[in-house]
Amino acid sequence: MLDDFFTRALLAGIGVAITVGPLGCFIVWRRMAYFGDTMAHSALLGVAIAFLFDINLMVGVFVVAALVSSALLLLQRRQSLSTDALLGILSHSTLALGLVMVAFMTWVRIDLMGFLFGDILAVSRTDIAFIWGGGALVLAGVAWLWRPLLASTVNAELAEAEGMHPERARVAFMLLMALLIAIAMKIVGILLITSLLIIPAATARRFSGTPEMMAVMASLIGVVAVVSGLFGSLQFDTPSGPSIVVAALALFLVSQIAPVVRRSGPQPQEGGRR
Amino acid sequence: MVQRTNLVEMSGVGVRRGGRWLVRGVDFTISPGEIVTLIGPNGSGKSTTAKTAIGLMKADEGVVSRKADLTIGYVPQKLAIDWTLPLSVRRLMTLTGNQPRAEIDQALEAVGIAHLADAEVQHLSGGEFQRALMARAMVRRPDLLILDEPVQGVDFSGEIELYDLIKQIRDRTGCGILLISHDLHVVMAETDTVICLNGHVCCRGAPEIVAKSPEYLQLFGARAASTLAVYSHNHDHTHLPDGRVKHADGSVTDHCHPDDGHHHDHAGEHHHHADGASVTAHKHEDGHKGHHHAG
Repeated sequence: MLDDFFTRALLAGIGVAITVGPLGCFIVWRRMAYFGDTMAHSALLGVAIAFLFDINLMVGVFVVAALVSSALLLLQRRQSLSTDALLGILSHSTLALGLVMVAFMTWVRIDLMGFLFGDILAVSRTDIAFIWGGGALVLAGVAWLWRPLLASTVNAELAEAEGMHPERARVAFMLLMALLIAIAMKIVGILLITSLLIIPAATARRFSGTPEMMAVMASLIGVVAVVSGLFGSLQFDTPSGPSIVVAALALFLVSQIAPVVRRSGPQPQEGGRR
Repeated sequence: MVQRTNLVEMSGVGVRRGGRWLVRGVDFTISPGEIVTLIGPNGSGKSTTAKTAIGLMKADEGVVSRKADLTIGYVPQKLAIDWTLPLSVRRLMTLTGNQPRAEIDQALEAVGIAHLADAEVQHLSGGEFQRALMARAMVRRPDLLILDEPVQGVDFSGEIELYDLIKQIRDRTGCGILLISHDLHVVMAETDTVICLNGHVCCRGAPEIVAKSPEYLQLFGARAASTLAVYSHNHDHTHLPDGRVKHADGSVTDHCHPDDGHHHDHAGEHHHHADGASVTAHKHEDGHKGHHHAG
């Protein structure tokens, strides 16, 4: 069964979509879209370094993404530049550094498009093992960190006053993000990872009454997007990574038009005074 | 070190960040059932003091001791929950720990929002949300409840209701309460000790219960007068806009930290007279002398 490239692609894509759901919810709740983007962009530097030292690609990407996020944490403490500006610097300079390094390495042939926009149809059995193994690790980590992460999303001081360790949870969350980016890169590519984090979570908001439900819904919606995107790509002979994102977008748009299941809307603190 | 009865004990506590003293020379204790209100203008170190008391910030001088296994209930000041987070009132109750359903219902009943248990928190009004946060802190059965400006943004009658509620929570659970308020003159009547901060303890004392005073009854109304109390400040100095401290003529001037950022070259403004010294002022003097030597 795994001999078929399309089956392998489906398996890999579904594994990534399930993993991405809960993390994507936190990215949306904590307004960290740009942060996710920065970590994803740094993956190209990770790819370049992996080729340079001839190590496993996912390991290289994980290490660089983790380093970039810790650099960000340290720079934030200095409070010299705004987080926004810091993210802008890290995001684009790591991407540019990666591109320049790759250009210097004339001895390796790198399919740049595959890294930037995904190459899901080329996943191997080893990739699938990494995706499902890494994904299980990420999900276990999120489950373990769920309460402190959610509490500090609501209010970090409250969480800390009541005996949790928001800072520790935050560092662990960044490591999980780095791991996720390492395994998701091949599916949708560096430039599109953030969309897989955000679009299914944003779609799930409409249909969820609790944070836990939203995390599960985001995973399910991600799976639907991956499956329909892949079949669409097969049908219309379109690039697979972007097709998945387009499918996710379509689901999001439909969810916005669909009749409201439960009352919700972007009017915090008003509209509901009984 | 902590007496059995005290939940938190602070003596000579100072917190320094970025080369500047945020607050210095803070002494107070909170025991079970006691209500301590911290008042002071913005940036006076109220939140810093409260955070230091519960261990969120480290003291750079002085001693903070807490009862072992102190359970804290925290009601934060401003809470903006992104509307993308689907959070019902009931789910909010178990944010930092599991609680039995019956106790959650009881707590929501006690704060009067049982009918909103399944509403999303983003749809609550300011007062309702504040009640939900109080129920959440209360259901933890805390030894110490910290409320950071609980009546901010709530109208006058709402303020009285919230203070009533805080009193009920205290009576029901017997917890100690640390209240932070930016209202410099009107405090909760049940307050045992008011501490006025402005980088240091400016003055402290018990509020005046005004329930029986006809003028205040007229001003506040009968219900409010039993809930609110007036705090008369006993300052011997004023804080100037540029951060310096001006000491009033004829008062005791012992609030001088030469290096605390509140005093620059203003020695000429100090008038040392001992005749106006109150008991509290003397206590401060003793406390501060230590700093002079240490610094």
